Amino acid sequence: METLSAQQNLSRLRWQCRRGMLELDLFLSGFLNNTYSQLDHRQQQIFEDILGLPDQTLLEYLLGQNQPDDKDIAHVIQQIRNSAGPHA
Amino acid sequence: MKIPKRKFDVLVIGAGGGGLRGSLQLAQAEASVAVVSKVFPTRSHTVAAQGGMNAALANVLPDNWHWHMYDTVKGSDYLGDQDAIEYMCRAASKIVIEMEHFGVPFSRLENGKIYQRPFGGQSQNFGGDQAARTCAAADRTGHAILHSLYQQNIRAKTHFFDEFFAIDLIKDDEGFILGAVVLEIETGEPMLIEAKTTLLATGGAGQLFRTNTNAHINTGDGLAMALRAGVPLQDMEFFQFHPTGIAGKGMLISEAARGEGGYLVNKDGERFMERYAPHAKDLASRDVVSRSISIEVLEGRGCGPSGDYVHLKLDHLKREVLDKKLPAICESIRTFLGVEPATDLIPVYPTAHYTMGGIPTNRHGQVVVPVSTGEEPIPGLYAVGECACVSVHGANRLGGNSLLDIVVFGRAAGNDIVNFLQENRYHRPMSEESVESALGRLARWDQKGKGEPVDTIRRELQAVMEKYCGVFRNEDILSEGLGKVLEIEQRMSQVRLQDHSRIFNTARIEAMELENLIDIAVATVTSALARKESRGAHSRTDYPDRDDQNWLKHTLYYKDTRRLDYKPVKLKPITVESFPPKERVY
Ligand SMILES: Cc1cc2nc3c(=O)[nH]c(=O)nc-3n(C[C@H](O)[C@H](O)[C@H](O)COP(=O)(O)OP(=O)(O)OC[C@H]3O[C@@H](n4cnc5c(N)ncnc54)[C@H](O)[C@@H]3O)c2cc1C
Repeated sequence: METLSAQQNLSRLRWQCRRGMLELDLFLSGFLNNTYSQLDHRQQQIFEDILGLPDQTLLEYLLGQNQPDDKDIAHVIQQIRNSAGPHA
Repeated sequence: MKIPKRKFDVLVIGAGGGGLRGSLQLAQAEASVAVVSKVFPTRSHTVAAQGGMNAALANVLPDNWHWHMYDTVKGSDYLGDQDAIEYMCRAASKIVIEMEHFGVPFSRLENGKIYQRPFGGQSQNFGGDQAARTCAAADRTGHAILHSLYQQNIRAKTHFFDEFFAIDLIKDDEGFILGAVVLEIETGEPMLIEAKTTLLATGGAGQLFRTNTNAHINTGDGLAMALRAGVPLQDMEFFQFHPTGIAGKGMLISEAARGEGGYLVNKDGERFMERYAPHAKDLASRDVVSRSISIEVLEGRGCGPSGDYVHLKLDHLKREVLDKKLPAICESIRTFLGVEPATDLIPVYPTAHYTMGGIPTNRHGQVVVPVSTGEEPIPGLYAVGECACVSVHGANRLGGNSLLDIVVFGRAAGNDIVNFLQENRYHRPMSEESVESALGRLARWDQKGKGEPVDTIRRELQAVMEKYCGVFRNEDILSEGLGKVLEIEQRMSQVRLQDHSRIFNTARIEAMELENLIDIAVATVTSALARKESRGAHSRTDYPDRDDQNWLKHTLYYKDTRRLDYKPVKLKPITVESFPPKERVY
């Protein structure tokens, strides 16, 4: 498949943020809309890796029930957590 | 237009627990099976089910399937079909063991047996003491079921089309369903999947309502596809509002929270469920608890600055207990509300949760329509899971009965399709006309120009449904609501997309999802307006009582003329005596 334009890539990610749980939809879509564009290229790549995780694993990370071993992933997870919350 | 074509024995639309249990049965019987899913299979909504799955294993308290059947019939407010309910409850224990063999790690008691927790509407001995019937794999039961079934399907060589969106069913002049036109989301190109049988397992339509517990993917696509193929939808007026969604946000606080000892209080700190359901209290059936909360709020006993919610109290339980028994729920409360369940009260309000109505089927999963002599299957079409109405949940579903429903009837449908395939060995000639019509639905979104955005209309639709078709309804509110929904339907023809690209054009998918939601909204409000009684989740303030004389029957809504029809409830079980309608007290 040809390389995607920035717009197409964003649409692709938008679909990857469609998950099986409302909580994840809120965490991930909110982050994609509000924060993703401010990440550097490497962090954007990590966000994509995070989207590849199973829903349950992702939920446990995002609710702070479990910590990812990888420091970089943990950092982006924390950013997603910060972007959600009672006032989001 | 010529489009690529693939041929299979069976097309399964939907990769949640229902679809995957069906496809597994078929793949193991050596049928060629295609499963299409608009999201990666293990991101299906089944993954969200945390509470568990019912089966009368009697591991914690005495139990048997007949009591489970009684509770389900009573919970359904006698609208459930008793043959299907008997079938499901009888099968439950075997099904749990089978799921365990497939790899679901059910939580254990100290004696090694499967742990079971009490859930709402469960009783011993036909309405006696609380039962404990819900089997859980910690609070990840749905996840475990979905992943196990997915792995089993991979092993059985089921063919997956991941991130393909089904647009419409294909039907020939004789009424046979021949497969579906689907859209590959990545390329934006349509494809025809021809199949001797099609199984719809597309899940519910929680996105009909503004505040709901569902994932965004739950737009009821299969229900709308069925409507457009001329199939009626059954009992759409019955939509379950879960008593404890986080107020204003929707996230579900599972019944497990009350099962573990949590209870509801009003602004005076009163445990008000003692008034409404002296016996079962906070674990009364969901419709009963939801109505009680709404009444507390309407009568001025709500909490918070606007008095528009009640509190769930967990702070009398120890933090260790909460973190052990309800870890995800507690974290969710901490994250999204910023409150500590071990010390603070939690604002909750009834929240749209589950689609009891759906595509009418019999207990073999065959989609059936009424004919003068009774019912007749639509050849080549099956439906299971939340999109189907078999109907085991009737007017109100019991917690833990849906995961059971999807695997029991997914399996049953798989078995019946194997028989169907033996009698229908060849693909029928394709109906080009029907394919063209499905493609027309897609082409419509190529229209250019100015128009309203999809987002605005969806938000309006959801707000209208919440306001005019919520927990309490009456003639005036519903009539006004119907007018509003029809007006939205009109406006839909003026909606235009700004993005006409093909690759990952998710705006186009969202537009088609919205069309589906609108069809379902019309079905829901029309059916609710017509039913002049209160039963289960359908609560009419102008007709507050259940009326078995006139309304002990299933609603059927047809899209073509917005016509309603009715069919009798199957009160006769398969082997046991019928449970005749009684007053429902908890
Ligand atoms: C938060 C929450 C918690 C719950 N907890 C419990 C519980 O503890 N116990 C219980 O018994 N029940 C529970 N339920 C209910 C239960 O989870 C669902 O009813 C059940 O999982 C539905 O399964 P399903 O297989 O019918 O559909 P789903 O799991 O919703 O799957 C639908 C599938 O259809 C696909 N699909 C939809 N439209 C299209 C299309 N147009 N094209 C292609 N594919 C499509 C989707 O991609 C998905 O694969 C809960 C529900 C919620 C919302």
